[in-house]
Amino acid sequence: MYKYDTYDQAMVDARVAEFRDQVHRRLDGSLPEDKFRPLRLMNGLYLQLHAYMLRVAVPYGTLSSAQMRVLGDIADKYDRGYGHFTTRQNIQYNWIKLEDAPDILADLAKVEMHAIQTSGNCIRNISSDQYAGAAADELVDPRPYAELLRQWSSFHPEFSYLPRKFKIAVIASATDRAAMRLHDIGIEIVKNDKGEIGAAFYVGGGMGRTPMIAPCINAFVPLDQLVTYSEACLRVYNRYGRRDNKYKARIKILVHELGKKEYTRQVEAEFAHLLTQGIEPPLAELERIKAQFADPAFESGLTDSVDRSDPDFALWVDRNTAAHRVPGYAIVTISLKPVGGIPGDASADQIRLMADLAKEYAFDELRVTHAQNIVLAHVKKADLHALWTRLDEAGLSTANLDTIGDIIACPGLDYCSLANARSIPVAQKISERFAGREGELGEIKLKISGCINACGHHHAGHIGILGVDRKGVENYQLLLGGSEGADTSLGQITGPGFDEDGIVGAIETATGVYLANKEGEERFLDTYRRIGMAPFKEAIYG
Amino acid sequence: MVEAQIRFRDDEPVGDPAVTADSFGDQTNASAVRIEPGDDARALLPHLDRIRLVEVNFPGFGDGRGYSAARILREAGYAGELRAVGDVAVDQLNALRRCGFDAFAPEVPMNPADAERAFATWPDVYQPTTDGRAPIWKLRHG
Repeated sequence: MYKYDTYDQAMVDARVAEFRDQVHRRLDGSLPEDKFRPLRLMNGLYLQLHAYMLRVAVPYGTLSSAQMRVLGDIADKYDRGYGHFTTRQNIQYNWIKLEDAPDILADLAKVEMHAIQTSGNCIRNISSDQYAGAAADELVDPRPYAELLRQWSSFHPEFSYLPRKFKIAVIASATDRAAMRLHDIGIEIVKNDKGEIGAAFYVGGGMGRTPMIAPCINAFVPLDQLVTYSEACLRVYNRYGRRDNKYKARIKILVHELGKKEYTRQVEAEFAHLLTQGIEPPLAELERIKAQFADPAFESGLTDSVDRSDPDFALWVDRNTAAHRVPGYAIVTISLKPVGGIPGDASADQIRLMADLAKEYAFDELRVTHAQNIVLAHVKKADLHALWTRLDEAGLSTANLDTIGDIIACPGLDYCSLANARSIPVAQKISERFAGREGELGEIKLKISGCINACGHHHAGHIGILGVDRKGVENYQLLLGGSEGADTSLGQITGPGFDEDGIVGAIETATGVYLANKEGEERFLDTYRRIGMAPFKEAIYG
Repeated sequence: MVEAQIRFRDDEPVGDPAVTADSFGDQTNASAVRIEPGDDARALLPHLDRIRLVEVNFPGFGDGRGYSAARILREAGYAGELRAVGDVAVDQLNALRRCGFDAFAPEVPMNPADAERAFATWPDVYQPTTDGRAPIWKLRHG
């Protein structure tokens, strides 16, 4: 994985010093809160309902064990002994003191980490495929391109005060595991018919209150123009994105209002100009970065057979491992969704244990997934049972990946100052209600947001739940038919909302309609797409 | 014209009043222009030979359109004064300077020591701009 050189380290150290100075000026009163707010946000520091929340960047979701261990230590030292992994592949701490924030950033900087641009109206931490470098279905490892763009987007002088936040995802597999088309810019690394590698740009996707699927505006940008093309996309947005209404300020609204054709024309004109400005790093820089994502020392001649005599272990292997491109290896997903737990939460001890296990079994590397789980990308199949045993002892062996219990949920009204309703208790109730029925119900992606901002990706859930405030009472709307993969679609609202118990019952009814209508190996989503909303509506409200 | 608190130029400051971008094209004797966030900086490009001062107004520091306006002017070869005016504070100085501003006229005067520190925030930079600083990739690869 990528290692900082002295330049990268000096930049992060400079940021720590700058933020320490800003916090100092805030605490002595010389920097008022309204001026400080955007500055702290650009360092990932939010003021939530009960305390400050610090969101730490995990670039493209990849971590070393040493970094993971520090995340555990921070949870103990500055928080209440746990951390929360997020849908942007980051981690956040919910009980932070302002005066501690500079020290936390200094601790992070020692292991090449930071909280730069994890919030604010700037280019956010860049996300990627959690199986990058390991997936059997990928063209290339997408992370070097994400790292190139991380450096380009860090402290970008022109794009620090954009109309709104800006999220970029980079993938290199047709199986989209990063919800690429629901980002402000989604980049898919592709091969053209001449066999050259380049980047397809999808611009103007997003969730929030106006969900949009990004259209492709350029099917092939050569690799030695990647930064320049990104800069052109951003400059057009910075100049013409709406600033009169924060709910219409995302690039999806600009692309929608201008139309894909006109937005693309403006980007191409800006691109032609920027090509004359020499802003593109040389390909040698991409090669330098790529070398750091070289394969670990995989062994050859390993067996693919796994002793399945322990049924609990066999079930976990079936549910929580995926095909690796190297024989004898598997990709392991550690579920952070125990029955009745808080999706994405892990204790400091669990975080440190996962760090140790990565060191012992997975070439010292971990990934955070946008579904709020942890991946060990390169595990020998022969080690799976030993790994599972250690995870099981720590409550980390839940075998529910991509099932109804593998819920994405935002922090909701338990923590978030924007939320209208609680998400966590609803997730916990659903998790408990359906525990043990994962096999029967198959793949179901269930996503819960506690407000219309859609941090819990409810639009993209096979089953989505949106918490709203209805005359002072929490109310939950049900959506069906969303998807975030290669077949991205947006969920449709079934009808009137429910209270907390009612929404769990409505999901039970919806799964009943699925089971009654399922043909062959159909997933919930497949059946919904075939039979449509009507039978579900009928059963739920009829 | 708004007096600059900080100026990185040796030439005499322009004393003429800055006219709006809308009327600038018609006022052929004007040498100073003021642009607002919604103005298109490219509309000034045909007139660069007679412009000696561009004031870019920041009514609120969170509106970052002026950063693009500045870069567009510099990228087109504008060499006159580029003055950031309005809600500009020490925490924006570095990025503004990188985008081509060489004069700063904040509505609330800055502490000079804080300002000096702000300009020196970054030991190096990741992105090239027209300010001439070599980006980190250039330092890495020569």
